[in-house]
Amino acid sequence: MTVLEVNNIHKRFGKTDVLKGIDFKIEEGEVVSVIGSSGSGKTTLLRCITGLESADEGKISVGGRVTFDSERKEKLSREEKRENQLCTGLVFQSFNLFPQYTVLRNVTLAKELLVKEECKKNKLPHEEKKKKLAEIRTEAIKIIDSVGLGDKLESYPCELSGGQQQRVAIARALMLSPQLLCFDEPTSALDPEITGEVLNVIRKLAQDGKTMLIVTHEMGFAREVSNKVIYMHEGVIAEEGTPEEIFDNPKSDRLKSFLNSTLRI
Amino acid sequence: MDSFVNISVELLKGFCENLKLFSLTLLFSVPAGLLVMFCSISKFKPLKWLSKTFVWIIRGTPLMLQLFVVLYVPGLLFNTPIKVRFTAALIAFVINYACYFSEIYRGGIESISKGQYEAGHVLGMTKPQIFFKVILLQVVKRIVPPMSNEIITLVKDTSLARVIAVAEIIMAADRFSARGIIWPLFYTGAFFLIFNGLLTVIFNKIEKKLDYFRG
Repeated sequence: MTVLEVNNIHKRFGKTDVLKGIDFKIEEGEVVSVIGSSGSGKTTLLRCITGLESADEGKISVGGRVTFDSERKEKLSREEKRENQLCTGLVFQSFNLFPQYTVLRNVTLAKELLVKEECKKNKLPHEEKKKKLAEIRTEAIKIIDSVGLGDKLESYPCELSGGQQQRVAIARALMLSPQLLCFDEPTSALDPEITGEVLNVIRKLAQDGKTMLIVTHEMGFAREVSNKVIYMHEGVIAEEGTPEEIFDNPKSDRLKSFLNSTLRI
Repeated sequence: MDSFVNISVELLKGFCENLKLFSLTLLFSVPAGLLVMFCSISKFKPLKWLSKTFVWIIRGTPLMLQLFVVLYVPGLLFNTPIKVRFTAALIAFVINYACYFSEIYRGGIESISKGQYEAGHVLGMTKPQIFFKVILLQVVKRIVPPMSNEIITLVKDTSLARVIAVAEIIMAADRFSARGIIWPLFYTGAFFLIFNGLLTVIFNKIEKKLDYFRG
């Protein structure tokens, strides 16, 4: 099954064309990495897919559901917008945890709000709501445990290291079980010695068959964890293929020089 | 007649007027400031400029002048003078402080990183949910120090109401100095000091209470 289908995405900021027609697909269970130098449009692409930006042209579907279509004339209802939003999850470079909430509450908050709204709409009895909220709690604890932070449930973000915060952010995104989980340079804000703990969590998710799209500067990691690598340059996909094709047999000179420059660092 | 106790009682009566003006101003200007703030960050340009101009005028002219304007201008323009001087003072204070508070709120809201809104957005939260569940407490934490500052200033500013003859503490003390007893005038300082000391303790408590998170 195709989880993500991106067709002819264009995005301009003022007079600069940031994305100039992007097409690609992600199948279920695939991990796709996007590499490329800064300014190549990787992050903008991710933001268009996750609904933080709306593209100027093109179409995006997640799990068969059209989440964005520049041709669409009618306005979406609040519910439809939210449904579209929940198709994808995003882990930010700068974590963006909610500082005033504990780890547990960071993870449960969005789902709790959804369930509370649903209960109100369907006029469910109080006990039912309580039961559902208890389920959310149990599920959240399980997910937090799976990222290795079972002993930090009641800690606040400021008490955690960057790596731990990023793992909470991953748990928070997983809690809503998005069909596609996106990462925007998840280790770029971390000290080199703690990137490993975050990459391990992503690695484990890949093994569990989670469909993921990862924008990254970690070439070694991209090579190891991905089924497909996309190299972006100046707003287009300049080259794509298996990690072997991209890293061992780069076709274009651009990609060669990009890989060389990242190796030197 | 002019014993220490007597004078203290007289001054306290005056100070009650200050406190009344203080608490009513606070009560109305805190939400009114929110309203002004929402206008100044509005995407509807005319409303935004109207609000910004209003804030510019109120912050750019003396509160003392505004007191006179509120007292006299309605009478001159519409022939319906504000008869109760206290009400005039209250209106002028609420308008003045709402404008100052609105700027503090705006600073607080604009200091929250875009990432917080985006995180809420990608988690499928609605705009009101993001504001009330994610942003608000962080803003409150950030604006407690500047708000404390402004509120303490408000306590002292209430004595300006004297210029439109609201019988507040300085006016009470002045009645004694007119009879050659100067010291009650200086004594009024103690009332302000004690009350502001109390407020400072409360604000410190609030700051401590919000100290459990950073951000």
